[in-house]
Formats: sequence, structure tokens, C-alpha cells
Amino acid sequence: MGEVMTKPEALDLDRMPVRDLNRRLQAAEPGDRFEVVNPLGRHSLAVGLTRPVEVTIRGHAGYYCAGMNDGGIVTVEGNAGTGLAENMMAGRVEVAGDASQSAGASGRGGLLVIRGNAAARCGISLKGLDIVVGGAVGHNSGFMAQAGTLVVCGDAEPGIGDSIYETRIYLRGTAKGLGADCIEKEMRPEHRQHLAGLLQAAGIDADPADFRRYGSARQLYRFKVANLGSY
Amino acid sequence: MSDALPRPPHLRPSALFDAATIHEIQRAAREGIYKIRGFGAKRALPHFDDLVFLGASVSRYPLEGYREACGTGVVLGERHAAKPLHLDIPITIAGMSFGSLSANAKEALGRGASAVGTSTTTGDGGMTQEERGHSKLLVYQLLPSRYGMNPRDLRQADAIEVVVGQGAKPGGGGMLLGHKISDRVAEMRTLPHDVDQRSACRHPDWTGPDDLEIKIQELREITGWEKPIYVKVGATRTYYDTMLAVKAGADVVVVDGMQGGTGATQECFIEHVGIPTLPAVRLAAEALRELGLHRGPVKLIVSGGIRSGADVAKAIALGADAVSIGTAALIALGDNRPDLAEEYAKLGTAAGCYDDWHLGNDPAGITTQDPKLEQRLDPVVGGERLANYLRVLTLEAQTIARACGKSHLHNLEPEDLAALTVEAAAMAKVPLAGTDWIPGQGY
Repeated sequence: MGEVMTKPEALDLDRMPVRDLNRRLQAAEPGDRFEVVNPLGRHSLAVGLTRPVEVTIRGHAGYYCAGMNDGGIVTVEGNAGTGLAENMMAGRVEVAGDASQSAGASGRGGLLVIRGNAAARCGISLKGLDIVVGGAVGHNSGFMAQAGTLVVCGDAEPGIGDSIYETRIYLRGTAKGLGADCIEKEMRPEHRQHLAGLLQAAGIDADPADFRRYGSARQLYRFKVANLGSY
Repeated sequence: MSDALPRPPHLRPSALFDAATIHEIQRAAREGIYKIRGFGAKRALPHFDDLVFLGASVSRYPLEGYREACGTGVVLGERHAAKPLHLDIPITIAGMSFGSLSANAKEALGRGASAVGTSTTTGDGGMTQEERGHSKLLVYQLLPSRYGMNPRDLRQADAIEVVVGQGAKPGGGGMLLGHKISDRVAEMRTLPHDVDQRSACRHPDWTGPDDLEIKIQELREITGWEKPIYVKVGATRTYYDTMLAVKAGADVVVVDGMQGGTGATQECFIEHVGIPTLPAVRLAAEALRELGLHRGPVKLIVSGGIRSGADVAKAIALGADAVSIGTAALIALGDNRPDLAEEYAKLGTAAGCYDDWHLGNDPAGITTQDPKLEQRLDPVVGGERLANYLRVLTLEAQTIARACGKSHLHNLEPEDLAALTVEAAAMAKVPLAGTDWIPGQGY
């Protein structure tokens, strides 16, 4: 006999304030499961989690959903607003629909999956988080991204990877213009293997061979007046 | 001694193209890059020196200097925080990063501040255990770069400061040159060892006051609504910035005038962007008064050129609840000491003029990551120096307040001040000394 899954605890935001929701989730024990109903685009849902608790948000979430997540497993069965999983440290956040701007901003660890599209500045200032976007990303995604990975299964609006440091970008669609110091790089076997692992972890069926890799030309790492046109 | 020959008296130098200007033009032509430095605005600006206090006389009576109490405490965060900060003195240490400062300097700041019951602040680079361990009260900055930002340190902090800007460079980001990127700094900032680290000028996940309100709500949710949240701005459109920070939910508004100096940036930025501290404090206080919050649940901290207890008292009289010091704190630790004159000369500068805080070769061991130079600053001794200095500032401010008949520094008010210049009268909106005239307000 396998382990019997207990029914998730329902937290109804028509009946409780966001403050009580977060207090409950932050105090939960590892393995505890919750479903949040009537989110109605409220902000700061499931923020600051520090343990591997499972939270399913049944609807749309507002700004900063799963912000600074440090181990939680958060699923949004709708769209998410600005700053989804910002500064995430660990765990997994998944959005069934689209995400607004600055998804995964400055994220440091874990996996962020956006099954739909992500708006502008997805993965801005990225510091180690892996992001997999099923659709397209808006302009200046990966801006000043330092570490981690941004996988885009659709197209990228202009300015992708602008002023990028050591983040890897894998893009299946078309880049409508690379940002400053961002160049296409060779897709070697280790990169295809790395990408295959991320796609598998994200549950997205795509062939790594269809992707191209982008990263930093490392020409702007040192401030030089000769690069005036790039600043 | 200068090697330059004395200038014959009949040769008239240009006031417009003075020696420093000529030198800078020649340097720019030679090197092809703008000048970067710290130390804030160096040109003469209207400042607290242009104000004087009206001590008690026949119409008002003073308090006995060595007998009667003059309170100095301030509570920050009463608006929304479950755990407000209680400071014994209204003088705090401004945010200065580990990276720009050595670990020993950060420790010394923590020791000095804690010894007198006040707070210190992290900076753009995250929290180090040295400063957390030695700071009884530590304010953790949330900056655009988010270097070193993590929720564990956020919860370890006693307050959170959302940095929108700073006086040295309102509207600008920063850059930590590769010279100062030690392995530890690189690791804390998640960047390669050999890069010039750019700090963004805008936050990555919010834009404008409506977003800021939601951001502050998120920070409160993550930290259980316990911690005071500050919003720091460089002084520019200070009245509106203060209004908007309050609207966004700030417990404390921090306004940094253009004399704010520890952030190294382009000299043209330092000298030409932002407004002086003098009008900034008055504008911020006006905004709080209009909202009915002045000396109430929202507190005002002012920084940028605070040097003496007189400056502290004047800032408070104009409406600040507390002040913050950066440059003066570094000087108290030992920056620009005369006994380092020979070493400053080797760097092409002099004690009193050293402002290359970004280059990492500080002979005083303060603005450096060089392990040998860093050892020159004993954090215990540095902390004692800073504590002494903070005590002197407090005693000086109390002395003035008592002379004005005030039993708490917060009882100082604009009516205790007169201006020595028309400019200061206009900016501070206090009467020109010997008159009842405030420029712009008529007779």
C-alpha cells in the first residue's frame, strides 16, 4: 500500500485576510498541503515560505506571489502578477497561465515554471534561479542577470540578456534583438543535457536541439570608456 | 610643501577656470574618463552653518546644562511595526556596504553604534555576520541590485530600509570597481571575481509609488509585520517623495541631501544632482506636517553633511526626528588622519582631501578589501572612537537644546532658529537674523 495522501487544508481568502494566510503557511510543517481558494488577484500570496509545504492557488494571484520562497512548492492555477517568486531562494513555483513583468526577479535558487507567457524583464537581476517559460518573454528579459538559467520556449522581445553576466539563456523561438553584451553561443552537448534536465523538471515537452544558447560576451565586465556606445 | 613656484602678484587667475578646474580638464583630456570619487559635494552649499539658534533670554528661560534632563530618545516604527526600534540617541549610522567598507570597518561601526544605543545599516552588498553580531540594532537595506538579499537576513534585521536613492547620486546606480572585489565580496554578490560590479538604479520588481505600497506589504508579510520599514530617497523632489513614501506605507522616511558622501560616483553627479540637506529637511517636515504625522507615527531621518551636535540640533529643529551619518562616521574611525599624510601623498592626495574611497587602497584600512590594509583598523578601537564621537554629538545637541529651554531634542523647532544668509532663510524658511523676513513669504 502506498502512502495515503491527506486532503489539502483549504484556506478561503473570502473568509480570511492575506496576513492570516501567510501566517498559516509560514508556520506549516514540511509536507503539509494547502489549497487557497478565492485568491482573486490578491497580492503577496504564499510569501516567505521556509519549508517544503505544498500550496495550490486556485485562481489568479497578484503581485509578488511566492515572493522570497525558500523551499515551498507553490502552484498557481491561473495567472500571476508582477514580481512572481521574486528573490526566490529554493523550492518550486509553477504558474499555469501567464506571468506579469519581473517574474523571478533576482531569484537565487529553485525552479520557476511559467507555462504561458512572461512579460517584460522576466529573470531580471537573476542570481541563480532556473526559470522555464513555456511561451514568450517580454522585453529586457534577463537584464543584468548574474547566474542561473532562463529557458524560453517561445520568442523573446527586444533586449533579451541586456548587460548579462553569467546567466545562461536558452531560446527556442526568435530573439527580436539582443541586449548589450549578449551574444549567441555554441550549444554544446553539456548545454543540451543541462537544458533537457530543466525541461524535464518543468514538465515541458520540447526538444533541446531546437534551442539556441545566449550569454555574455563579457566585453562590459570592466568599465572602459572605449565602450561608451554600450553604456 | 608644494613644488609649484609662487605666482607673481600681477598674474590674475580665473575665478571660472580655477586651478582645480584646469587640473580636471587636463586630467579628463589625458585619461578619457570622468572622475569618480566619494566624500559628497565639496563645493560650498547653503548648510546648517548658515543658521544660528536663538538661545533663551528674557522672553524664554533655559534649562540648567548639567542638572536638568534633556531627552534624546526616539522610537521608529510606531505606525505599523509590532517591534519598533527604540534608539537612545537620534543619530544613526547610514548604510555603507561590506565591499565598499572592510569587514573590520563594519564591525567597528556596529560596536560604536551599539555602545551608545543606536542603529547601524547594512548597504549594497548584503549583511555580514560581523555587523549583525556587533550591531545591537541593525537596519537591512533592500536595494535595486539586491546583492546579498535573502529572507533569512531580512528576518534577522531589526528594521528594513527600502533604498530608492541616496544623496550622492539620486537617480543613479553604483559601481564597485574590480579592485575591491575580494572572493568574499564576489560570493556575496553572486558575481565573477574580476568585474566592475554595477548596481542598478531602479528596483527590478517595482516602479512608482503604487507598486512600492505593494512591495512594502510583501516585506511586512514575509517578516510578520514586526519590523519598521524605512524608505530612503536622495533629496530632489523631497516634498512629494515624502508624501508618496508615507502613502506607500513607510514607517520612517529617510532623506539624504546632496552632501551625503560615502557613495562613490561621478564627480559631476555628486556636485550637480540633488538639493542640499538644508531645504530637504524642511520640505520633508512640511510634507509630514501637512499629513498630520510630524513628530507622530511616521518619523523623519535626515542625512547629508551632519558633522557636529549643532548640525544634529538644527536638523531636528527643522523637523527631523533623527539624523544619520556616514562620512563623519568614517572620519571618526580614522579616515583622513594626519598621521597618514605620507601615505596619502604617495596616492597623490593629502589628509583631509582623500576621497578615492572606491579604489580600495585606503591607508586607514576602512574603504578597502585588501587584507593587509584592513588590519590597520582595529574594530574595537574604531568602535570606541565612533562611540566617543556619537556621545560628543549628543552632548553638543543637548547643550544647545537646553540653552533654548528644551527638555527633549524633539522640542526644538524652527522658531528657535535664525538664518545668516538670504539663501538659508529661503531654503529653511526661518527668518533672516535680526528681521522677521522669510524670503518668499513677504512681510
